[in-house]
Amino acid sequence: MNNMCLAIPGKIIEIKDGTAQIDYGGVTKSASLRLFPNARPGEYALVHAGFVIQILDKDEGGELDALIDEVMGHNLQP
Amino acid sequence: MKHDIIELKNGIEKLAADLGPIQIMEVCGTHTFAVRRYGIGQLLPKNIRLVSGPGCPVCVTAQKDIAAALSIANEDDAIFTCFGDMLRVPCGDKSLYSLYESGKDVRMVTSPMDALAIAQRNPEKRVVYFGIGFETTAPLTAALIEAADNLKIDNLSVLSAHKTMPTAIRQLLKGGSKIDALLCPGHVAAITGADVFSFVADELGLPAAVSGFEPREIMTALFCIVSMLRNGEKNCVNAYPGAVTAGGNKNALSLLDKVFEPCDALWRGLGEIKGSGLKIRARYQKFDAARQFEIRREEIPEAKGCICARVLCGKNVPTDCANFGKTCTPEKPLGACMVSSEGACAAYYRYRGDE
Repeated sequence: MNNMCLAIPGKIIEIKDGTAQIDYGGVTKSASLRLFPNARPGEYALVHAGFVIQILDKDEGGELDALIDEVMGHNLQP
Repeated sequence: MKHDIIELKNGIEKLAADLGPIQIMEVCGTHTFAVRRYGIGQLLPKNIRLVSGPGCPVCVTAQKDIAAALSIANEDDAIFTCFGDMLRVPCGDKSLYSLYESGKDVRMVTSPMDALAIAQRNPEKRVVYFGIGFETTAPLTAALIEAADNLKIDNLSVLSAHKTMPTAIRQLLKGGSKIDALLCPGHVAAITGADVFSFVADELGLPAAVSGFEPREIMTALFCIVSMLRNGEKNCVNAYPGAVTAGGNKNALSLLDKVFEPCDALWRGLGEIKGSGLKIRARYQKFDAARQFEIRREEIPEAKGCICARVLCGKNVPTDCANFGKTCTPEKPLGACMVSSEGACAAYYRYRGDE
């Protein structure tokens, strides 16, 4: 992990004593939950240098899509 | 995100058709790398140019702070730990790596917590972790200090050169900059919240979008920015909503505030910026390497002809430098921006061809 502000997404498969086991599509590594204690197994976590820094919400983004649709509709009609 | 890259590319082309030349600054080293790697520049119309800003943590670390790191690493009872990129940044005729080669105990870590384990295994040594980076990385250093305090570890300290992003952006863009919009760093915002960057629109009057790092995420953010430019709107759009909330990660922010307080900080390229650094609070001062070691912060000049300082401010692109790709390469870097994979020069060198 060379890039300092790059976080990598992975799936939480197990939590024990404030540490999560994260599955990155086959490779499993542990990460601290000190910065995100409420994470739960099954959730997708953004992991940076051994710490979960956020939980990813795949359902977010509808508002953004709608915004882009609106711009495409208003500004970009042929 | 349902729009594909070609839809976004075509959309941006149409939106930008009547705009003059536009410069959008990406202020995150990982964006700089991703933009080059995925050839985002080639997807944009000719009048839109992406410019790198001061977002590579290794690159913006001042020579004085690296000199301080070298002076600690030179101590016989020290084990000096840091992220790998930092090892090879030249400081005069030395680097942390050259000290390692000469027999000093300098070790690369991939997480600050590695330093804690090293301290536990080497009770007779003084272990120092070099804290660099912005809001994404600083809470991790805070967690290290908190854990060392809880475990009563007394042979670990942190040399903090941590910095905060918004203060530097304000300083860089407030006076006479030629930047028209800002691509904001997604993983900084995952911690700080997107709202931290609303000043870009409100105070600086520039459109901004918080962006992720996949090509589609970057193109989505750029679409939002170009749409605002076309319509004369000035907002900060959260274009990375899956990972970034308005208020950020409260746990990380409160831990950051528990361990660190703002201080003035020296940036390569930008000089000293008031309140843009993070120093360890008095309560945790026994973990502050600046108090544990007698540090020599010598003023070491940059390599001859190096324009890293101007590249970091977006005033020059790496290929403007006479050293670029000739005397300065990733194998033998003269300047910090060629060392780190997040540095603009390293990214330009690795993915040449879309100048």
